[in-house]
Amino acid sequence: MSSTAPVAPRRTALDALHRSLGATMTDFAGWDMPLRYGSERDEHLAVRGRAGLFDLSHMGEITVTGPQAAALLNHALVGNIASVGVGRARYTMICRADGGILDDLIVYRLAETEYMVVANASNAQTVLDALVERAAGFDAAVRDDRDAYALLAVQGPESPGILKSLTDADLDGLKYYAGLPGTVAGVPALIARTGYTGEDGFELFVAPADAERLWQALTEAGAPVGLVPCGLSCRDTLRLEAGMPLYGHELTTALTPFDAGLGRVVKFEKEGDFVGREALSAAAARAESEPPRVLVGLVAEGRRVPRAGYPVVADGKVVGEITSGAPSPTLGRPIAMAYVDAAHAVPGTAGVGVDIRGSHEPYEVVALPFYKRRK
Amino acid sequence: MSNPQQLRYSKEHEWLSGAEDGVSTVGITEHAANALGDVVYVQLPEVGDTVTAGETCGELESTKSVSDLYSPVTGEIAEVNQDVVDDPALVNTAPFEGGWLFKVRVAEEPKDLLSADEYTEFSGS
Repeated sequence: MSSTAPVAPRRTALDALHRSLGATMTDFAGWDMPLRYGSERDEHLAVRGRAGLFDLSHMGEITVTGPQAAALLNHALVGNIASVGVGRARYTMICRADGGILDDLIVYRLAETEYMVVANASNAQTVLDALVERAAGFDAAVRDDRDAYALLAVQGPESPGILKSLTDADLDGLKYYAGLPGTVAGVPALIARTGYTGEDGFELFVAPADAERLWQALTEAGAPVGLVPCGLSCRDTLRLEAGMPLYGHELTTALTPFDAGLGRVVKFEKEGDFVGREALSAAAARAESEPPRVLVGLVAEGRRVPRAGYPVVADGKVVGEITSGAPSPTLGRPIAMAYVDAAHAVPGTAGVGVDIRGSHEPYEVVALPFYKRRK
Repeated sequence: MSNPQQLRYSKEHEWLSGAEDGVSTVGITEHAANALGDVVYVQLPEVGDTVTAGETCGELESTKSVSDLYSPVTGEIAEVNQDVVDDPALVNTAPFEGGWLFKVRVAEEPKDLLSADEYTEFSGS
């Protein structure tokens, strides 16, 4: 037991609203967040078929400005951030000098000399500290903007129509992984076409004082097409079906991007040195010569649900470990992501199972993602 | 929500009906079902199994977690609810009715089962 007093979880600007909607709340990364409002399965299916509204204000925004903002981020992160066009976004990672993943990030280029880095809530302080430290010697400023933004997400096939009814911004011109400043329901917002659900959708960064007004406007505009409020529980099953990694599960400091099958985010060809370059070069070579465990999808033949940490087995031997698992509302069967020895990682490999509390349940190895939307 | 007056309750959030010909019905409370979230898998004891008050006799699995199922009484399983095995969502939609879990021929009841009012106070709902 820790001797320090427990810290009360932080509450978002929409906290009172969630409680008035009867949300089941949960402590997530130090924040009191909505887990679900009603049935998480119904919320999941609403996002797949119609639209869902999320409060994601726990995400950590960090602003980087200055003449050398691009150079700093190219040094601090593994991606080529200088090549991101103004108004565009990039999925990237921040690694330690030994190549271990500190966090996965989305970086928005808001202006020639201004970026917004969005970190996972659980890692926001770590990312902020690393960026501040790595900024030494660069003509750039790193600003903690976690309290400057509330973040609302509208996700699902009906989301463009809902948002169009509330803004004059050119949403048709707003591509996937792009962001532009605009006004939604009279509220100034950074409108980004990003998400973590596998559906088309938008993330809206707004001042906390405007969050409730925007939530209500989206709720009203979305009601006729079946938009519902959605909690973190369905966000997790949505991202799992879409094969998207979650820090702390598929990504950890013990893994490099190459171990996670995401070596493509590391851009060795960019100018200048960056933190982790040497270790990541070695990791890339290692991944070629002696393939590490491979991140695969598993689909249950039965109904028992695999959970993070459960062993993956074949021929009575442990050949891997579950990183995330859940009943899939779309497939109607339990699914999981797991790191599995390369010899058992090919889709269709026979004889693979999961040790579910002592019982070996048969699972099918499949390619990720489990779900891909029709464009 | 309201906890039916005619039932008795365990602190592990199971309910127990009054005995008919020595057989009582067991389920989990609405409070417990709400706390679990969508139930996706139910593992029940088998007919003829002996269950012991306060000991685990099955599993309830929801989207987020797996929870042990405890028997509120000691006795022999007389019947299990195949409907709830086939459609675990019944636990959420009708915890006190169609979502019942098993029937048990009661050999012994613990002394500390709660009344509806006592359980409402205990669970806070």
